[in-house]
Amino acid sequence: MSRPRTYKTECIVLKQLSLSEADRILTLYTPDMGKVRAVARGVRRPKSKLSGHLELLNQASVSLSYGRNLDTINEAQSIRSFRGIREDLQRISKAIYMAELVDGFSIENSDNYQLYLLLVDSLGWLERTDNTKLLLRYFELHLLEHSGYRPELVNCVECRAWLEPGDHFFAGGSGGVLCPECRVDSEDSLIPISLNSMKVLRFLQREKGFANIDVLSVPPDQLAVLERLIRVYIRYLVERDLKSAEFMNLISNARS
Amino acid sequence: MTNEGSSGAAPVSRLADEFNKLPGIGPKTAQRLTYFLIRMPEEDARSLAEAIIAVKERIILCTTCYNITEINPCDICTNVNRDQTRICVVEEALDVQALERTRSFKGLYHVLHGVISPMNGVGPDDLRIHPLLERLKGDSQVEEIILATNPNLEGEATSMYVHKLISPLGIRITRPARGLPVGGDLEYADELTLSRAIEGRQDF
Repeated sequence: MSRPRTYKTECIVLKQLSLSEADRILTLYTPDMGKVRAVARGVRRPKSKLSGHLELLNQASVSLSYGRNLDTINEAQSIRSFRGIREDLQRISKAIYMAELVDGFSIENSDNYQLYLLLVDSLGWLERTDNTKLLLRYFELHLLEHSGYRPELVNCVECRAWLEPGDHFFAGGSGGVLCPECRVDSEDSLIPISLNSMKVLRFLQREKGFANIDVLSVPPDQLAVLERLIRVYIRYLVERDLKSAEFMNLISNARS
Repeated sequence: MTNEGSSGAAPVSRLADEFNKLPGIGPKTAQRLTYFLIRMPEEDARSLAEAIIAVKERIILCTTCYNITEINPCDICTNVNRDQTRICVVEEALDVQALERTRSFKGLYHVLHGVISPMNGVGPDDLRIHPLLERLKGDSQVEEIILATNPNLEGEATSMYVHKLISPLGIRITRPARGLPVGGDLEYADELTLSRAIEGRQDF
């Protein structure tokens, strides 16, 4: 029997790109096939039966048919549209940042169910939590873990010696914290990391859900340190600045 | 991409390369257009070339509303019969044409020339948002701003950003209603559209 011509899956819409008259190429993140790029025909027309369901950051169930190059979306039904995010500019900018991270850390047609769950769960939290900065750090750390870049925070990343409690240095190139001895001959650019920051990061990394983290209150200056640390590590991994991070900073700094 | 080697004649491949730069035109279409032009009567080809030059030389952006125009300020900005107290903010000059076709809006426009799209690296500073702010500060007769960006995530984000900037000025700010399209089908509407349509229902 020949393989079926269509398939059904669930997805989060990560990215949209306009194509010709009224079409769009969408980047979808699916639980069973990872990142998929597909054409949605006619979605830019107001009467399109797909458009509202395939809005950026929507979770939808979709039916696609295989194409020679890109697959085509036949049907779409939104599951969650995260209205709580859509009505708040701060949350929008953070959700777009999450989407860009997932896009940057995933490859097409390589499934990563854990990452999908993390994205859906984190978008759900982003709708309702006020602890959005900590949510982003939680999201980043777990995204790194599910993509194979889990930062080493317990043992020295070079010599594997257990890290004595104290202030240490984080080496982006090695992907973890260095003990005082290894630090001396390291050629990486090092970022200082205090004991307290390390404790918060370890906690974020250990927790498998955001519920226990949401109640945590971390002072703003420490949040800023954590943000910078992870940002530097991510920039080292993707080898560029994330475009949406700039907008996110602009929005959160101009708080009115 | 170049179309070298297809014919050997340099002007042919040069024209094909130029077509190839246009949106939605790939190398094959570019070749087809080029060969069509070769067979075209000379006056037709000349008139096409002149039309392209005319657009580039004569069309400018209105320094008030940033719509495309031949004269500055544009017809709409100088028309005294239009309602000077309302400004409709849109993403593209094409949206002005769409709204003009409805004949139901008689106010003025402001074209942003794009939408905030963080993932594509388009931020607020790449749009004509600050000229709008300056325009509003210098013009005291404006009573209402209609934020008519597209009702999708990026359009919404742009509107929220503009709203945040101009709300201190104390001008009334509105958004076009959203709901079911004429000739549409209720069963295909997404939940967000449907819930907004129900919230914004009107007396029969």
